Amino acid sequence: MSATPSLGTAQEQTLHEILEAHRGMEGALLPILHAVQAAFGHVPEAALPVIAQDQAISRAEAHGVMSFYHDFRSEPAGRTVLKLCRAEACQSVGADALADHARGKLGIDWHETTANGAVTLEPVFCLGLCACGPAAMVNGKLVGRADAAKLDAILDEVR
Amino acid sequence: MKLYVPMDSAAVALGADDVAAAIRAEADKRGVALTLVRNGSRGMVWLEPLVEIETDAGRLAFGPMDPADVPALFDDAAAHPKALGLTDKLPWMARQTRLTFARVGLTDPLSLDDYQAHGGLNGLKRALTMTPAQVVQDVTASGLRGRGGAGFPTGIKWKTVLDARAAQKYIVCNADEGDSATFADRMLMEGDPLTLIEGMVIAGIAVGATRGYVYTRSEYPVAIDQKRQAIAVARAAGVLGARVLGSDHAFDMEVRVGAGAYVCGEETSLLNSLEGKRGVVRAKPPLPALEGFLGQPTVVNNVISLASVPVILDKGAAFYQDFGLGRSRGTMALQLAGNVRRGGLFEAAFGLTLGEIVNDIGGGTATGRPVKAVQVGGPLGAWFPPALFDTPFTYEDFAAKDGLIGHAGLTVADDSLDMLAMARFAMEFCAIESCGKCTPCRIGAVRGVETLDRVAAGDASALPLLTDLCTTMKAGSLCALGGFTPYPVMSAVTHFPDDFARAREAAE
Repeated sequence: MSATPSLGTAQEQTLHEILEAHRGMEGALLPILHAVQAAFGHVPEAALPVIAQDQAISRAEAHGVMSFYHDFRSEPAGRTVLKLCRAEACQSVGADALADHARGKLGIDWHETTANGAVTLEPVFCLGLCACGPAAMVNGKLVGRADAAKLDAILDEVR
Repeated sequence: MKLYVPMDSAAVALGADDVAAAIRAEADKRGVALTLVRNGSRGMVWLEPLVEIETDAGRLAFGPMDPADVPALFDDAAAHPKALGLTDKLPWMARQTRLTFARVGLTDPLSLDDYQAHGGLNGLKRALTMTPAQVVQDVTASGLRGRGGAGFPTGIKWKTVLDARAAQKYIVCNADEGDSATFADRMLMEGDPLTLIEGMVIAGIAVGATRGYVYTRSEYPVAIDQKRQAIAVARAAGVLGARVLGSDHAFDMEVRVGAGAYVCGEETSLLNSLEGKRGVVRAKPPLPALEGFLGQPTVVNNVISLASVPVILDKGAAFYQDFGLGRSRGTMALQLAGNVRRGGLFEAAFGLTLGEIVNDIGGGTATGRPVKAVQVGGPLGAWFPPALFDTPFTYEDFAAKDGLIGHAGLTVADDSLDMLAMARFAMEFCAIESCGKCTPCRIGAVRGVETLDRVAAGDASALPLLTDLCTTMKAGSLCALGGFTPYPVMSAVTHFPDDFARAREAAE
């Protein structure tokens, strides 16, 4: 069995502050995982046993919850996260071709990060922009009626 | 000068923030005293960013606006090239029956004064003069049914929770609007978040619940932020708290954010997620109304169901019940999406035909090509061909045509769409999003993708297998994810057989 990775002192401090802030909350695990990911950019493996103990659940349960949800990552993402909607409404206005363009330009597939760590490409199933698709989200910023030109401008800026 | 520029996600995604910044800069440059309200969207997404100027005659609309169009607004506005006339007189607005969305786009979403000036809190105030049983009776008599898609009578659900005995009951708002083509929940939470709060407080009073949760999506950052701010506004004004509007009723609520799992829109999966567990579906019974959040009696209602409650309490059950057709009473927030000329939100009484919605209101496709198919009710809804455009928009009429209205999202597609590819996508989506609890969904969806690949490769024996698989998924799945994925698949097979035969012909 491999050694359990450990958090640095500063990270441990941050984690304890997060756990403290959620004390007494009903169903606190998802809010805790969101807060950890917001603080660290991902959910470090070493954080899970600490969270599990705090929430009085097993490590397996904590891992089970974290790995169930698409949002939580075990590794840091690229500096820019590009999410492209793959759902039906966006498909009906050309989302598939746009996704092919993005994958080709970046040289990566879904869920992958460019070698230089600049861009992570994620599929998303609906951003609620279904009347102005194809829809995209770039580091939290929404883009409607996305096309190759808009995407290129965004990617040229962040690469 | 008073101007409105929406803060709605769709408007922002099309550049509303840049337009708002340009307006501020231009007003500064000209020394014009400016009041800029960031309102909700009027729902005419094809005209976003839609800017409005307040005049004595009403609000004048301009759109779609670009920052370059801004300076001319400060000159002769009526002669502006993007001038559309009075917003209320635009055909899209004039044809609607806005009950649930009455204030969306009209008010400053976070102003309680503005909210009350437009009828806000009237429903809650009336509810506070009634007994809980009377409130439940009003909601039952209104004919309101679950707007999330299942269409279960809201009043009956509330009665079950009211009659349950427990130390703690909950109101959970299902705002996990993951269906493609739907954005009504998002628009309401962004454009009139106080209405949802009022609806949840009324629900709490009606069933004896003192705590509420809004479970929404991480993909909706603007709605989350807006909702949280609105809760703070409501709390400061005593709409939420230990004594709701000075009464003996306590109610408070918070927003919880999902983490990208589509299946959490299913109510039992949502409850597990809210409890901090994997979003796995629970078997029913027990009903959430009796054993819901943390095992306590819980009302789980969709955003639009809860947001329709204030107007019902304000204007009365008979008023609301008066709209609609057959057993589908009241109004529905239709969401026109995809390849459609005029996309957006259109609230109307039940009963318009699908053809009226797609062609008259939506104006057909954006590309100008013929409409090939319309998917009604999100990823789990059936694809309807133009031959079925005479179907009236009601729960029952769509069920009779092997479809569903769901959350009333409509994806319009032109003749370039390959229905075999869409059927495959439906299975692929189900495989990605399955919670894994039941076999027909977890394994069936994977087999479905494989079987459709065989169809695509020209294997004639695969189609009967697909039909058989769909029957198993429909009858044997625990929830609507596996149970309804056959709707888009089989409707594509039934109504668009050519798309499934092409590969076979090529192979032969």
